[in-house]
Amino acid sequence: MKTDIILAGVGGQGILSIATILGAAALRDDLYLKQAEVHGMSQRGGDVMSCLRISSTPIASDLIPTGAADLIVSLEPMESLRYVQFLSPTGWIVSNTVPFVNIPDYPAINDVINELERRDNVIAFDMDATAKEVATQRSSNMVLLGAASTLIDIPTEKIENGIRTIFAAKGEKMVESNLAAFRAGRLRAQHREQ
Amino acid sequence: MTMKTKKLLLGDEALALGAINAGLSGAYAYPGTPSTEILEFVQCNDVAKSRGIHSHWSSNEKTALEEALGMSFCGKRAIVSMKHVGLNVAADPFVNSAMTGAHGGLLVISADDPSMHSSQNEQDSRFYASFAMMPALEPSSQQEAYDMGTYGFSLSEELHLPVMIRMVTRLAHSRAVVETDENPENENELAYPANPRQWVLMPGNSRVRYRELIAQQADLERLSEESKFNRFQEGSNRRIGILVSGIAYNYVNECFPDGCPFPLLKISQYPLPRNMVAKLADSCDMVLVVEEGQPVIERGLRGLLDRGVSVRGKLDGTLPSSGELNPDNVAAAIAALVPDMKKQLLKASPEPAKIVAPRPPALCQGCGHRDVYAALNAALEEFPSPKVFGDIGCYTLGWLAPYNAIDTCVDMGASITMAKGAADAGQHPSVAIIGDSTFTHSGMTGLLDAINENTPMTVIISDNLTTGMTGGQESQGTGKIEEICLGLGVSPEHLMTIDSLPRNHAEMKTLFQQEFSYKGLSVIVSRRECIQTARRHAKK
Ligand code: SF4
Repeated sequence: MKTDIILAGVGGQGILSIATILGAAALRDDLYLKQAEVHGMSQRGGDVMSCLRISSTPIASDLIPTGAADLIVSLEPMESLRYVQFLSPTGWIVSNTVPFVNIPDYPAINDVINELERRDNVIAFDMDATAKEVATQRSSNMVLLGAASTLIDIPTEKIENGIRTIFAAKGEKMVESNLAAFRAGRLRAQHREQ
Repeated sequence: MTMKTKKLLLGDEALALGAINAGLSGAYAYPGTPSTEILEFVQCNDVAKSRGIHSHWSSNEKTALEEALGMSFCGKRAIVSMKHVGLNVAADPFVNSAMTGAHGGLLVISADDPSMHSSQNEQDSRFYASFAMMPALEPSSQQEAYDMGTYGFSLSEELHLPVMIRMVTRLAHSRAVVETDENPENENELAYPANPRQWVLMPGNSRVRYRELIAQQADLERLSEESKFNRFQEGSNRRIGILVSGIAYNYVNECFPDGCPFPLLKISQYPLPRNMVAKLADSCDMVLVVEEGQPVIERGLRGLLDRGVSVRGKLDGTLPSSGELNPDNVAAAIAALVPDMKKQLLKASPEPAKIVAPRPPALCQGCGHRDVYAALNAALEEFPSPKVFGDIGCYTLGWLAPYNAIDTCVDMGASITMAKGAADAGQHPSVAIIGDSTFTHSGMTGLLDAINENTPMTVIISDNLTTGMTGGQESQGTGKIEEICLGLGVSPEHLMTIDSLPRNHAEMKTLFQQEFSYKGLSVIVSRRECIQTARRHAKK
């Protein structure tokens, strides 16, 4: 298997925990992995992007070439569009539709959603709402991971184990609510695919 | 057979773990993106903790390097890590540490930031290594970064020289699976250099030592020829040969999933192995140099006259001369030289979406620097041409809207000294704004200059009780800022402290205005803990 994923969002939204969980799962599955992340100045509320490459054979570059990503996974709709040039012709976008408005010239949200939905392979919905239904809004990144997991060739139990490991220190309740969010996201995406 | 464990590590972490497992005794550093995680890793590592390996932050890169050199003098293995511009601060001990040489293994890790993700320039640390006549290692992967811990220390102890390890952002901050050793080696015992004379760099000693260092360069080159990190790969297509260093190697490999058809020389140890380079040049019509950062290798290959081997790279525009490399620009460069490979190398990609607006970073909501800038701007409104000299830290973001509050940002500590020069030129008001960590890094000495002349200027130390920009490392002046100022000689009547809070807006503004009207030096410490650091403290 080989999956190239662009993780996108706004600094502080928590895209890196998605990378950490998938990383833990990939390591357990004895897969190769490279994940380039952004630290420093760019994290202060600016756009953040991380390249996550998982493969059963060795990976060369830490960065994903343009036109090669299998997935764009984004916590924010405009941020998912920032990286469309990286998407392969068969690639998918999985994105939250709730805008994070911290700039004065954020485009009209309807235009952003239209631009997103006119593309071929898109799973986009209000992940904050799904998170709130089953857990708390803070777990919207796990809803996103759940939705994206339908397109990633790693066994679901292994990803769930990754979630358990990452949140174990914060107590069983945190683990359960994040798992609930993950499953809700997954279900929603599967439903949509049919 | 030693046991290996697979771990998922950042390049920075792999390097730190490699050093710990090789018998590290002391890690020294000042935080700076992308090098910060090296010392942080040592601070959290169990072996390092149980052995009591030194891992406290230093005041700046110069003090850090000298501390590491002192440990090396005593025969123990030490690393010192910094970002590329930090090496400018440490340049004096760095260059002279090649003159003293090292006793215990000493690795100087300098992390470059091509594309300036979080820096003010793209300077290439490899220049420093060749300038100081020191060997340098440039890992191409997290695994090599790990392996260079053991290798680097041995190399340093074999040559009795410090060894530079050059990192770049995309390796420092990229994670991969690394095979690591189970049993860390023992630390070195305390032991002193066999030749104590060369550690006293008085002219008589230095002249002798410098000749030795020059004579040693042949050994350095021989070790590069023999290094397991430098590799020549045959290729059947001789139209070009690729000379590639560090992580650029991965981008070349990304272009050729079934193996590179061209002869290729991968460099991860300097000085350049001349014979290997000659072999590459002899086996192709034209050499493409692919290196991250400035064209260090390419310049060497071309020489002044550039009449030898046909060389392509950054100097002739085959590759972009600024910004970092990536699989796309490397593929484009190869395709430009070998046009019939265009189809194979260049893939179509979707158009960028036009609707996307830039989202620059900003000060966090609730950050104390915001309150300082709001009050400062209000206080400066009545003046026709106030000038505010900024510095390096989160508060540099005060240049952006909505504050547009600073006029300069140059290097660590330059706010105070530039404000002084401006005041000397007749500028009023001349204001410096500097963070607490930057102040103890390089602000104190400049402040002494202003104190000694009672320069009419105002220094605002925006104290957030941490090194905020790099993620909240402890700051060396915490709890001592006022004492430091008084100790240096700031007049107690013109040293003020205020809490940077929205409700103190009017009071801060009045205080600033009052000190602008004083015709001498004032220091205002405006204080509030960085909210990110405060949050982490609350969680603990
Ligand atoms: S990290 Fe801290 S110092 Fe930096 S902008 Fe945020 S609150 Fe301010």
